[in-house]
Amino acid sequence: MLITTAPNNLVYERPTGFTDTPTHYCPGCTHGVSHRLVAEVLEEMGVTDKTIGVAPVGCAVFAYNYFDIDFVEAPHGRAPAMATGIKRVLPDRIVFTYQGDGDLASIGMGEIVHAAARGENLTVIFINNANYGMTGGQMAPTTLPGMKTTSSPLGRDVETQGFPIRMAEMLSTLDGVGYCVRRSLHDPKNIRLSKKAIRMAFETQVRGLGFSMVELLSTCPTNWGMTPVESLKFVEQHMVPFYPLGDYKVAAGVAQIKV
Amino acid sequence: MARELWKGNEAIAEAAVRAGLEAYFGYPITPQTEILEYLSHRMPELGRAFVQAESELGAINMVYGAACAGVRVMSTSSSPGVSLMMEGLSYIAGTEVPAVLVNVMRGGPGLGNIAPSQGDYNQAVHGGGHGDYNPIVLAPASVQETIDLTVLSFDLAEKYRTICMIILDGSIGQMMEPALMPEMKSIQRANWDWATDAKMGRRERRILTSIYLDPVQEEKLNLRLLSRWMAIQREEVRYKEYFLDDAEFVIIGFGTAGRVALSAVRQARQKGIKVGLLRPITVSPFPTRIIEQLAGRVNGFLVTEMNSGQMLEDVRLAVKGRVPIEFYGRLGGMVPFPEEILSEIERVTSSKLNIDSNPREEWYERMAGVR
Repeated sequence: MLITTAPNNLVYERPTGFTDTPTHYCPGCTHGVSHRLVAEVLEEMGVTDKTIGVAPVGCAVFAYNYFDIDFVEAPHGRAPAMATGIKRVLPDRIVFTYQGDGDLASIGMGEIVHAAARGENLTVIFINNANYGMTGGQMAPTTLPGMKTTSSPLGRDVETQGFPIRMAEMLSTLDGVGYCVRRSLHDPKNIRLSKKAIRMAFETQVRGLGFSMVELLSTCPTNWGMTPVESLKFVEQHMVPFYPLGDYKVAAGVAQIKV
Repeated sequence: MARELWKGNEAIAEAAVRAGLEAYFGYPITPQTEILEYLSHRMPELGRAFVQAESELGAINMVYGAACAGVRVMSTSSSPGVSLMMEGLSYIAGTEVPAVLVNVMRGGPGLGNIAPSQGDYNQAVHGGGHGDYNPIVLAPASVQETIDLTVLSFDLAEKYRTICMIILDGSIGQMMEPALMPEMKSIQRANWDWATDAKMGRRERRILTSIYLDPVQEEKLNLRLLSRWMAIQREEVRYKEYFLDDAEFVIIGFGTAGRVALSAVRQARQKGIKVGLLRPITVSPFPTRIIEQLAGRVNGFLVTEMNSGQMLEDVRLAVKGRVPIEFYGRLGGMVPFPEEILSEIERVTSSKLNIDSNPREEWYERMAGVR
């Protein structure tokens, strides 16, 4: 649905890198926000046309419906390997993966760690919403201690179900990583900071400064059983304390980038 | 150009390079590791992509990515590693992108051993990954044929937007033979109308995916794959005939088993036994028609494999019970000697065979000494 507005009143429009597609994401889900931030950044950098996206398995499996760019759809967790294959044969293109926490931090742990260790010049947008959204809200590696999911119905018991994984901290220890940060999408200020981080990540790639990842704390109101507003508060009050926001790795060359 | 002494594994690597291989992704595993090692210096010296992946899962998905980008890409592995790649193969098949995979087969199941085997026939020919698809599977029997089929595999994969596998047992990968390499071909990137190589201001966006959430669309995809597969079955069957003109009995074997059988057939001919050999080169598509035709004029078949009779089932489907079929196999990394197959030839051509018997069960009984 295209909404036409007189040009002089136009203050906000769909980024050119977006298609005209109604969202399939649940009300209150922040996937739409992070999609938009990526599209805005690509447009502002003038690289939309030379970008190739790699979609995950999970709720964002249909990410390619929204971006007006070439896209491939990876097997569960394998997006960093697929992106490696693309970037190595098309080094002048911009390649990014968009992955959730089950995809990236569980089944795809091997692929993400080694893409980072090799310093692949690609960008990863990592959505951490503490559960497997698409399959109906099971426990993810990122599920908080005590958090109830459909596969931890009494709350995640770390004695038997292990501890959450902090991916941004973990990957930041690898020498191949140029830029690795965590941001949150729970309010406008943090959304603006998230966008800036996404820009830095793509700038890192453009300059060939190594692997870049932005972890975004995100909501899942449907599976968390909350209203959209409650889920934003949950991120702020429970996710942020466990997953501190911050810059975990900004390589020397990246720190000099001015945007 | 003169013939040179080439080791099978290195011959695959160099032949692929000369056929225009633009990217290679692999993981070490015996007995194919020389391919990875050779390409680790050959590809960078030509400015082409080489990555030693973190696993076979990583390797096949790098292949998947590069295939989507529209370049000539290959991975190689050996049996346990190929099992790990089955997920990726299924996705590659469902996405309709061309890719070449070499399996230098070893004894199994499980970790098995590193001796030559043909135990992965069923995995390669009759499935492997999940879902409804058929790859092309080529089975060379010499270093020269390995080179020729490596070059062919890229053309076939691209022509049909399919997976082309080359299955050879460890002995062909490891042995050296004089062989002629093709001329070096410069990279000429095809302008595919499906490749996701970014819009670059010249076209609409493209999406490559194996997800068809609507079963109506998935069925259309399945039928499209099937129609390609039927064209492959019509156009691409390859096999080699030896002494078939006047043969009264025919041996069928692929790869090393077929090659050893040829020695036995030659010895049998010297003894005046009218026996011939059919050696499938494409085990998928399987040379069903020639076997059907032979079944109308010969007294029977002896299938010989380095497994427990996997191709045997495809021969039985082609023969349709019209003449007796016998089986002789060695397993677990054992390679038959020509004398073993010769004595089987002498047995099957001198005794009355029962058309209703189960060739595998009878062979199993004869293996009592080995058990």
